[in-house]
Formats: sequence, C-alpha cells, structure tokens
Amino acid sequence: MNKALSLRSAFGAAATGALLAASSPAFAADPIKIGVIAEAQAIAGASIPQAAQLAADEINAAGGVDSRKIEIIGYDNHSSSADSVRAFQRAVNEDKVNVVIASYISEVVLALEPWASRLKTPFVTPGAASNEISKSVHADYEKNKYTFHGYLTSAALALSVCDGAKDLLVDKMHMKTAVIMSEDAAWTKPLDVGYEECLPKIGLKVLDHIRFSPDTTDFTPIFNKIEGAKPDVIITGISHVGVQPTVQWKNQQVPIPMFGISSQATNETFGKDTNQAAEGVLYQGVSGPGVAVTPKSVPFAENFKKKFGNYPSYAGYTAYDEVYYIADAVKRAGSTDADKLVDALEKTDWEGTIGRVQFYGKDDPFTHSIKYGKGLITGLMLQWQDGKQSAVWPKDVAKVELKFPSFIKLSN
Amino acid sequence: MRAFQILIDGFAISALYALGATGFTLIFGVSGVLNLSHGAIMVAAAVAAWAAASILGVGTYAGALIGVGVALLMAFATYFAVVKPIQDSRRIPNEEKEIFVLTGTLLWGIMIQELIAYFFTNNAKTVLPIVEGVVEILGVRTPQNEIFTAIVCCLVIALLWLLVNRTRTGKAVLAASMNPRGVTLLGLELTNIYVVVWAIYGILAGIAGVLLGMFLGVSSYSVGPLTASAFSIVVLGGLGSVSGSLIAAFVVGYLETLTAYLVSPAYRTIPALLLLVFVMYIRPQGLLGRR
Repeated sequence: MNKALSLRSAFGAAATGALLAASSPAFAADPIKIGVIAEAQAIAGASIPQAAQLAADEINAAGGVDSRKIEIIGYDNHSSSADSVRAFQRAVNEDKVNVVIASYISEVVLALEPWASRLKTPFVTPGAASNEISKSVHADYEKNKYTFHGYLTSAALALSVCDGAKDLLVDKMHMKTAVIMSEDAAWTKPLDVGYEECLPKIGLKVLDHIRFSPDTTDFTPIFNKIEGAKPDVIITGISHVGVQPTVQWKNQQVPIPMFGISSQATNETFGKDTNQAAEGVLYQGVSGPGVAVTPKSVPFAENFKKKFGNYPSYAGYTAYDEVYYIADAVKRAGSTDADKLVDALEKTDWEGTIGRVQFYGKDDPFTHSIKYGKGLITGLMLQWQDGKQSAVWPKDVAKVELKFPSFIKLSN
Repeated sequence: MRAFQILIDGFAISALYALGATGFTLIFGVSGVLNLSHGAIMVAAAVAAWAAASILGVGTYAGALIGVGVALLMAFATYFAVVKPIQDSRRIPNEEKEIFVLTGTLLWGIMIQELIAYFFTNNAKTVLPIVEGVVEILGVRTPQNEIFTAIVCCLVIALLWLLVNRTRTGKAVLAASMNPRGVTLLGLELTNIYVVVWAIYGILAGIAGVLLGMFLGVSSYSVGPLTASAFSIVVLGGLGSVSGSLIAAFVVGYLETLTAYLVSPAYRTIPALLLLVFVMYIRPQGLLGRR
C-alpha cells in the first residue's frame, strides 16, 4: 500500500513536473498540503480560503518551498462545528494534509482543537478569539501543542479597543460613559471581562451591559434600552451578527456612535450588505484597505481586491500571513513532520500584513497565541466613511478624522 | 414613555406576524395543507427584492414588486410541483397524504434555503426601505418605515377580508373551506379554487417577506424560525381560523416585545412558546379553533 502510494505520488509529481517545466517553476517533491476549513458563505469567513489561495499562488510562483509546491485544499463548513470536525478528519485521514487553517468562529475552533491533538496535526485559526483556545494549550501542552492561535485573544482585543478608545473617545472627544453591547458567544465572555476591566481605567464609566442572543433579529428594544441609559458611546462585541444591528441603528437613527469589535464590518462587502448603513461605524481591525501596517499590507489588500473584487475581512489578512509563516516553518524544519513543524512554528518571527507575528511560549498563560504589543501587533481602529473603510487610529496610520452621520448626537 | 414604546414597536411587529400567518392559515383552512416551506418563500421574496434593488439596481419599488412576484412563483411551484402530485397520487394512501405533504413541503423549504445560502450566502440581507427617516410619536422616535410596515400590513389584511367576504371568488374560497364536496356538487372546479388560494397565499407571503426584509432583515437562517413562528401563531389562534390567527399574532407580537423590553432581549421568544404549550393543554383547538 505504502509502496503503491509512493509510486503513484512519484509518478504524479513527475508528470506534474514535466507539465509545468515549460512555463512555471518545476516542483520536484510532494506538495505541502494545507487544509483550509472555513465559513465560505459568511461575510467574515469568506475571505479565509481566498486569501490562503492567494498566498499559495504567490509562493508557488516564486518556486515553492524547497521546490515543493503549496497545495490548498478547501472545505466549506457552513459555520457548523459538526461539519468542521468531519472536514478536519477527512482532511487529515483522506486528503493527507500537513497543516490545517480553520474558521473564525471560536465554538468551531474549540471543537477542532481536540481533533488536532488526536490526529497530531498542526492547526492554526485565522480569526477565532476565545481565550480558551490558547489557555487549553497552556493547561496541557504535550497534548494540545498542535493548536496555534493566529489571531488576537479576546483579552487582547479588549485591550486594543480600550487603547483606541482612550485616544479617540476620551482624550479627543471627552466622552465619559459607555454601554457594552455584545452577542452571547464563547468569544465575547472573555471580551466582556476585558471591557469591564479596561474601560473604567481609561475613563469610560460602564453604565450598562447588554448581552443578546446571536439569533436576535429585532434590535429595537436593545437600542431603546441603551438610549435610556444615555451613554456617550456603545462599545460593541459582535461577529455572528452585524448587518441587522447596523441597519437598524441607522433606520432608527440611534444618536449614539458604535465603537468596538464588529467582525462583519471588516469586509468591504459590508457596505453593500447594509445598503451603506455602516456609515460612521467604528471597528477594530488588524489591518485594512490602504493601511500600511507593514510594507506587505497594502499590496496584499490590492491584489486580493483585484482577484476577488472586494477588500478582505480581517481573517483574510491573518489567513494570508498564516500560509506564509507555515511555509517558512516548513522550510526551517526541513520537513512536514508534525512535531518538527510545531517546534518551528513556535519560533516564528514573521513580518506579515498585520504586523510582526510571534507566538507566546509554553510558560505564558496564552501559549501559542500571537503576541500583542508595540512592535508586534497592536491592531487599529477604522471607520466607515463615504462608503469606504478608513483608518482613524493609531496616529501613524490614520488617514482621516472621525466623521459621523447627521443623526449621531455627540454629547460633547 | 416606555409603555408607548412597547405599544408602538409591538404593533408593527404584530402586524407583520399577522400578515405572515394569514396566508399560512388560509391555505390550511381551504385545502388542509400545512405548508412548511412558508419561511423559505418569505425569505426568497426578501432576498429577491434585495438582489433586484442592490445588485441589479432596479430601484426600491421595482425591487419590492419583483420580491412579491418571486413569492407568487414559488407558491405556484410549491403547489404544482410538491403538493398537487402528492394529493393526486394513487400510490399514497389517502390517510397518509397529510404527512406526505408535511414532509414534502418541509424538504422543499430546505431546498430553497440551501439554494439561497449557496447563491446569496447566509449573511443577513436588508431591503432598502421604501420610506426612510424617523418621526416622533408620543415622544417615541419611530422609523417611518415601521409605520409604513404596519399600515401596509393592515391594508392588505383589510383587502383580503373584502376579497373573501365581498367577491364571488372569495365566497367560493370560503365555501371550499367549509365543504369541499358541496362546492364540487355546485359545479365549481376545486383545483381552480386551490390555485386562487395559492395565488393569494403567494402574494401575502411575498409582501410579508419584503416588509420583513425592510424592517428587520432576513438571512437563510431565518427560514426555520419564520416557519415556526407562523406555525405557532396559527396553532395558537386555531388552525384554519383567519381571525384566530390575527388575534394570536398580536398576542405573540406583544408578548415578545414586552419580554424584550421588560425582561431581556435574549429571552424574547420564550414566553410565547410557553403560552402555546399552556393553550394546547387547556384548549387544544386553539383560541378560535372550530373543532
């Protein structure tokens, strides 16, 4: 069986090599297979497989990794944990992938984490945020070391929002009060704890805290309740929902600005999806159109738009970087052996589109999560203005000043 | 202040529920069909209106009309491709036909839902409202779109009442719901009456879907909850009773709004479902059910 397989793959590789020899670089050995399991039908998830493919195409065009081609195998998980687990099993057992990149939903990633351990397959998430992902790696390192958290933890996201809020809302606009509005999901539990802790520290008193079901369709009572508390700003934690609260915020002319995490707002398609109701919405991102977080950010966003017609969501940036630093780790490890790859990934020091990527080590409580901080990844705040996403914070990347639709009544 | 808010918001949502449930109950009353693809048809209407207005750029009014047109086509497709073949089949025993229709329409609904998710993603879509802006009513800032929704719902329901009670076609429909065999003895073709009823149903579901898309937005995920809410309203009001459904729609709408405002938006649907269970215990035929 093994012999047959290697014969077949050798033949396949030789044939592929012969075919490609004329036009593109010749790939001698087996391809490096990366399984990409994502929410291809959701606003935030749709960019994941697209960005991963873009990165693979670029690497292959430049000769691959040690003349090995990168092959992306995509699976649509329909935003379901059960479908994702099946896809993961299939990717590893049948399609023989070496690494898996999967999902922006924390519930899905938490369901896949034990499977990465059981099937001993390195696994990186480009967009889930729950603290539990990397906490589990810390709690049982030997078992869970295969999982890497390629996006900021909820705790870091809360910090990033508070850092931005301090400069933009407190220092500049003298805001004093806030209401937290977040969907009830795994990733918002630590996010809300983070918000409750850091908002008072920067000078924003939390007047109320509303958690709602991600199935909510009518946001009227929620906005009315928030308005009743008379806050200066609504601090958001939304990802599963996005279009409906944003459109209703505009239709009901809720006079309070929204600021915080709004995952769907990170994709350029959000403008059309909301009939431009997104105007004035402030959201946290790791990169954005026209924002030179690093020299790689803008070229990636532009190439992505050229190929797929829209700028990527936040998870597109991270997925693109992940394919690159996985390729880098394979090169450094000199192998796709899972344990060697884990060792190499731990030593990652990669300047990507979102900043400089390094992972917290074994002794940190967030083992295998990307490091947050100056010189690494800090995140930024963007605002929807005139139908476009523009960076407003931090100062070195800010392109424009804050601007709100006329129904927003700023209290100061 | 809060009381007025609940009164106004509750009215709009209840009127929308009423419109959505009326067609559903009418079909059951006249032809004994529980159409479990109801939510899918409403969502298809809203998504079609959104796609026509936002992607093709035909404008808000034309988009809304296209949405209703799509719902009408879907209603006919449901009747001719799913319901009628089952009803006419000689291989399915008569006493099993109801369950076949239930399963058939359920699967049909799932097919529509998956197609919508495949072609238009499962993200929420919101139809650009026909009227925009807000007005103050009794100190409550109310979107004009919300008032528009409530008015259209009430008008359409009033028109339906006139149609059923004041026209010849309507009277035939009413007669068919009371005694189908009697109607055929009078020389009326039952199939023709069913086609009329499915047409009325398609238009009602289409208008309700498009209005819902403008008021709250829909996604392919809304299919199940929309069918379930129409189903529970109709069961609560009494299967087949249009006036029962209207009353039940307002009971459910206000109960949900009260819960969202006074308890928590997270528990919005729970009390209405508890009420449904309670009514089933003490009055299984529903509020105005006939049996």
